[in-house]
Amino acid sequence: MTHPGARFRDPALVAQLADRLRAATPDEPLRLMHVCGTHENAIARNGLRSLLPGAVEVIAGPGCPVCVCPPADIDLAARLALDHGAGVATVGDMMRVPGRVSLTEARTRGGDVRVVDGAAGAVRWAREEPEREVVLFAVGFETTACTTAAAVLAEPPPNLSFLLSHRLIPPALSALLTMDDLRIDGFLMPGHVLTVAGTEDYTPLAVASGRPMVVAGFEPVDVMLGLARLVELAGEGRGEVANAYPRAVRSGGNAKALAMMDRAFQAVDARWRGLGEIPGSGLALQPELSSLDACQRFGVEPDPDLPDSLPGCSCGDVMAGRLDPTECPLFGESCTPEAPRGPCMVSFEGTCRNRYQYREG
Amino acid sequence: MCLAAPMELVAVDGADGTAEVDGVRYAVRLDLVQGVGVGDHVLVHAGYAIQVVDAEAARETLELLAEVKAAVDDESP
Repeated sequence: MTHPGARFRDPALVAQLADRLRAATPDEPLRLMHVCGTHENAIARNGLRSLLPGAVEVIAGPGCPVCVCPPADIDLAARLALDHGAGVATVGDMMRVPGRVSLTEARTRGGDVRVVDGAAGAVRWAREEPEREVVLFAVGFETTACTTAAAVLAEPPPNLSFLLSHRLIPPALSALLTMDDLRIDGFLMPGHVLTVAGTEDYTPLAVASGRPMVVAGFEPVDVMLGLARLVELAGEGRGEVANAYPRAVRSGGNAKALAMMDRAFQAVDARWRGLGEIPGSGLALQPELSSLDACQRFGVEPDPDLPDSLPGCSCGDVMAGRLDPTECPLFGESCTPEAPRGPCMVSFEGTCRNRYQYREG
Repeated sequence: MCLAAPMELVAVDGADGTAEVDGVRYAVRLDLVQGVGVGDHVLVHAGYAIQVVDAEAARETLELLAEVKAAVDDESP
């Protein structure tokens, strides 16, 4: 079959939605935030910012899981590989994030770190090498956390354990909304997070903050439809949730996936690079599953003293929407995708990488 | 990270499935979705189907956009 999303790439529809967005744009400038690295990639790759009127600014929030992952967690993964001989399975974007020891450096020092295609890939590795310990370094938001839950609950091989660095979006949005120096008029919501989590959790946030939140998909038509709807609602000052991605997102989300997450995980306080500790924003295994916890299995703990960033790196401010990547003195000079200084320039979802790769001049 | 692709299920064997898009077949886990069968379109993320794509909702979105476009075209000189 042809790609089912193809009709959502129609340039004529994108242009028509850009007209609709322009017509709805109020006189006062609007500052809109998305919270999804995949949205940043879709916006940059398809040149959608060039279709927006000057009064509408779309900035990237903390939506890149690799970028928000605190250095202490990456350090734990490297130590498990180097000091404990564990095979560490991770996503490719995580390999080159600089820190005390990046996972790429851990490899060169003898650690066995492999890029796997999701939790199922880690399960396969552990089954293929039953004599050795394998750790899944699991990052990602609700979209990915449910896949880790599925692996946890599907009787994983005894030599597989989990280093959980999952993060939840609603507590981060709450934290952002309480920041004094953040002026945001509305949020473009991450379609695949809400495919799992549903829209219900967000209505109280939208109502209380008076900011509209519009769920959008990832094809160009999806993104422009979401932005047009968001401009309409923001222009009218309506704090409500709207769904511009109904083919995937339902109000209750994916009930089966949410039930599995509840069985596998409990919410815990967790650190975000650039945002600090956010209550209830991380996931730990339920107590009866703690034998699958890599930290417990290997007796390791995160180092609380690791700094969030290398000297000069502004990834934290970029992710909080306080700094445009081009305002960072390192951007494109001493920090490029070939020689990144921070995670935002490493990940395919990183704000800096997308702005660099798809720059206009 | 939150990339997910719509694919058509072409085989189902318990919690293991095979899904196809653009002529390429992928192994997908079906732990997270309920009652899916061959021919269903699922959204695949990190090797797992995370939701069944609602084809009717997709059609409605496109039809609504097409209607708006037709209305705009009619108004154009």
